[in-house]
Amino acid sequence: MQSVLRPAGPQASSIHGLWLLMLWTSAVVFVVVVGGVLLALARGTRRGAGETPTTPDSSLHRGIVISTVATTVVLIALLTASVWAGRGVASQRAEAAVSIAVTGHQWWWEFEYEDALPSRRVLTANELHLPTGRPVVVKVTSRDVIHSFWVPNLQGKRDLIPGMTTAIWLQAAQTGRFRGQCAEFCGLQHAHMAFDVVVEPEGQFEHWLDQQRAPAASPADGLASRGLEIFTTQRCGRCHTIRGTDAAGQAAPDLTHMASRLSLAAGTLPNSAPHRRAFVSDPQATKPGTQMPSNPFTDQDLAALTAYLDTLQ
Amino acid sequence: MTIGHVVDGDWQELERSWADPSGWRRLTSSIDHKTIGRRYLITAFAFFLLGGVLAAVMRLQLARPGHPLVGPDLYNQIFTTHGTTMMFLFAVPVMQGLGIYFVPLMVGARSIAFPRLVAYSYWMFLFGGVFLYVSFLLNAGPDVGWFSYPPLAESLYSPSKRADVWAQLITFTEVASLAVAVSLITTAFKLRTPGMTLNRIPVFVWSQVVTSFMVIFAMPAVMLASTALILDRLVHTHFFDVEQAGDALLWQHLFWFFGHPEVYIIFIPGSGLVSTIVTTFSQRRMVGYLAVVLSLVSTAFMGFGLWVHHMFATGLPQLGESFFTAASMMIAIPTGIQIFCWIATMWSGRIRVQTPMLWILGFFGIFIAGGLTGVMLAAVPLNTQLHDTFFVVAHFHYVLIGGAVFPLFGAFYYWYPKIAGRPLGERLGRWVFGLLFTGFNLTFFPMHVLGLHGMPRRVYTYLPELGWGPLNVVASVGALLMAAGVVLFLVDVLALGSRATADAGANPWSAGTLEWATASPPPPGNFLHPPTAGGREPLWDNTPAQPVVTGLRTDIREVLVTHVLDAEPDHRQRFPDPSAWPLLTALATTALFVGSIFTPWAVVWGAIPVFVTLVGWFWPKSAGDAGTQPWPIRSRTLPRPGEAPAAGGVL
Repeated sequence: MQSVLRPAGPQASSIHGLWLLMLWTSAVVFVVVVGGVLLALARGTRRGAGETPTTPDSSLHRGIVISTVATTVVLIALLTASVWAGRGVASQRAEAAVSIAVTGHQWWWEFEYEDALPSRRVLTANELHLPTGRPVVVKVTSRDVIHSFWVPNLQGKRDLIPGMTTAIWLQAAQTGRFRGQCAEFCGLQHAHMAFDVVVEPEGQFEHWLDQQRAPAASPADGLASRGLEIFTTQRCGRCHTIRGTDAAGQAAPDLTHMASRLSLAAGTLPNSAPHRRAFVSDPQATKPGTQMPSNPFTDQDLAALTAYLDTLQ
Repeated sequence: MTIGHVVDGDWQELERSWADPSGWRRLTSSIDHKTIGRRYLITAFAFFLLGGVLAAVMRLQLARPGHPLVGPDLYNQIFTTHGTTMMFLFAVPVMQGLGIYFVPLMVGARSIAFPRLVAYSYWMFLFGGVFLYVSFLLNAGPDVGWFSYPPLAESLYSPSKRADVWAQLITFTEVASLAVAVSLITTAFKLRTPGMTLNRIPVFVWSQVVTSFMVIFAMPAVMLASTALILDRLVHTHFFDVEQAGDALLWQHLFWFFGHPEVYIIFIPGSGLVSTIVTTFSQRRMVGYLAVVLSLVSTAFMGFGLWVHHMFATGLPQLGESFFTAASMMIAIPTGIQIFCWIATMWSGRIRVQTPMLWILGFFGIFIAGGLTGVMLAAVPLNTQLHDTFFVVAHFHYVLIGGAVFPLFGAFYYWYPKIAGRPLGERLGRWVFGLLFTGFNLTFFPMHVLGLHGMPRRVYTYLPELGWGPLNVVASVGALLMAAGVVLFLVDVLALGSRATADAGANPWSAGTLEWATASPPPPGNFLHPPTAGGREPLWDNTPAQPVVTGLRTDIREVLVTHVLDAEPDHRQRFPDPSAWPLLTALATTALFVGSIFTPWAVVWGAIPVFVTLVGWFWPKSAGDAGTQPWPIRSRTLPRPGEAPAAGGVL
């Protein structure tokens, strides 16, 4: 789900190959050097108190020189392998690439699927969908402090630095669900700044994009309508956007299709109705320090709000 | 002429001249390098215990997912204070403390150079550490990491005083360590006993010299950075805040230009300790002395060219990064050379596996593993996966605990008889070693695996479904074993105070360096007649007759100053008397530093007491015996390298 050792794309695979090379080389070097220490220990402790060492200095010096040359050769080989792997990891295939702008916030992720046509752009939060087999360019920056974008099954991490935008390439080879997590310490809720990655076939991916482009569904019943009213008239809409309604805040995740996501509060809770209800009423209990304040709604209001959120598929 | 603590008139006079003042003035005014060195060691060890307690709390918190023991606010203060303590209040000062105590003894000097400056540095170190822990207890402990990256450390995201406390602690410890560095370099270059030419300086002294030069070049970078951060926070200078065209990445360059050499500032003295203990317990001169010394020097140079490997994830150009990969990998070569020289020394020596040597064997196992994961982290692609995960936590604890703390415990057992006059318990020592070695590997080895399975650093908790629970439990159990080992060590040290044990004698390990040429513990003034060096291991090379320096006065504090290259006598120097001015100056400096996190005016008004105390410190003395005296050179019977020492030769 979140592991360097289970690569699911070409970049992660080539890093994994380098890891295996390094691991086995290191294991051999460790055994040889520690073996040398133990051998020296065995020889040195066997020698009696009056015995003078017999090994001439010149042969000791020769041993040191040979070991040093061997060390250098191994290091140059590993350096070459590292540069080689680095070339593979950083190589780019611009054609038919999916382009995603990632913006870090304390403590959630903003994802925008770019498109030449502004109306076809997709804005979402805390959940990435990727098609299999297509290269993806991820352009990262931050709105506040430094974060780091990391999906270990797909690619190494890249820091999100305010004032800078940098890009990395990745590609998913197989369908599945993975997890990404912020890897640069970013304050109180650094531990709860994760996101889900859903890798799906091209057709499903396009379908998902279409679904995300649509504005929010209108509330079907009275309870949900009441929920929408609370959302826009109470303070929710100051920070959150729900496209197609009056809620247009920019400071917090876009909730237009929030019920379609796998998890809640940046990978902190499963996205079920009871969890949504609990998190809306007291986010500080689950995520102490989060920017979202506690909301002393009445039970009826909370039920209405939850009913409305349930409709945001 | 023989060497030893001979009680005669001259000895008594020497001790009277060099003794600490008695009563409470001993506390405030001592400038004896042994007193200050002991204070440094005890204080740094106390901070090691505090940092260890914080580590234990972190291990308890992470023992299971979603553990409610400490919340994020406290956890962030704990891990920041733990890192800051271990780097700035333990690792650097404890090594410098060993240098303060042993460098003068090992070069055959009666004192450290600039003893009052060294006293001042101790007070600054102590006050800085107390300042940090008082802040921590007042819920104002720093909470943005020991690296304190802006913009998180800027006032917009850290409005409380916590980040200021961190930045100002840096200033305290930098002032202290720069003062010690200057004193150690001067001691090693100008106060060496005749005969100790550059190529006869003990490897431990070389390691202290090299480290001190690194301190002088590395510390200004972080002082500049932390001062700029304080200015950003205090008077909004916009060095690092992005909203006002500052640069967040600039901090990282400045910080790591210091931060990476810092690792070697901790490891190089550790490797000097390994050389010392391996030589003594192999009863053989170091094989490849020149190669080892040059390795230390080249490590120091290369250590300044690697800092970017802490920033591989920031997205710097690939070609530029690959230079730093190459440098980071190649620094393994000088360290490898040292390891091969140690193996060759053991190979051709007569090894006694006593407690100090046991720690060195532990060092080999742990440090080599840490060095190899370091080579992995130098590779950019692998680094982008492992950076800021528990793999890195495992790596640097293998390097620093393996490369510095294990040799340090070896040194405690090795030098404790010299400092206290009594040996530590051999049997108990083996238990301490066993507990720490097992506990260490149990704690930190699983962290490699946790990192590979995606566990990031600096998280106060994690979700159960991520599957990190079991290995975290193992790590926490290991931490308990380590804690038990440290407690047992304390029992050994403290219980010995009341237990009557055998006198250690001047040279219990039959070692070859000059700290063993005087009584245990060394008397004030160290040497009545400083022994000269007829080789790299003077006590082995000069037997049975040890040439000594005569003609130094004992009725006043007089030391012999020698030339840098060949340590030929230059002149006699009158050294200063005990004084409370260093303490008063440190108090005034502390008021300025602490005040300046609240108002910039503290710098203005706080400078006045600093000025006044400095005037008191440097108030001109009357002429007379003070100052430089020509050295009466009557004859030079110093043995040249390769020559047999002249029997009973007297200068």
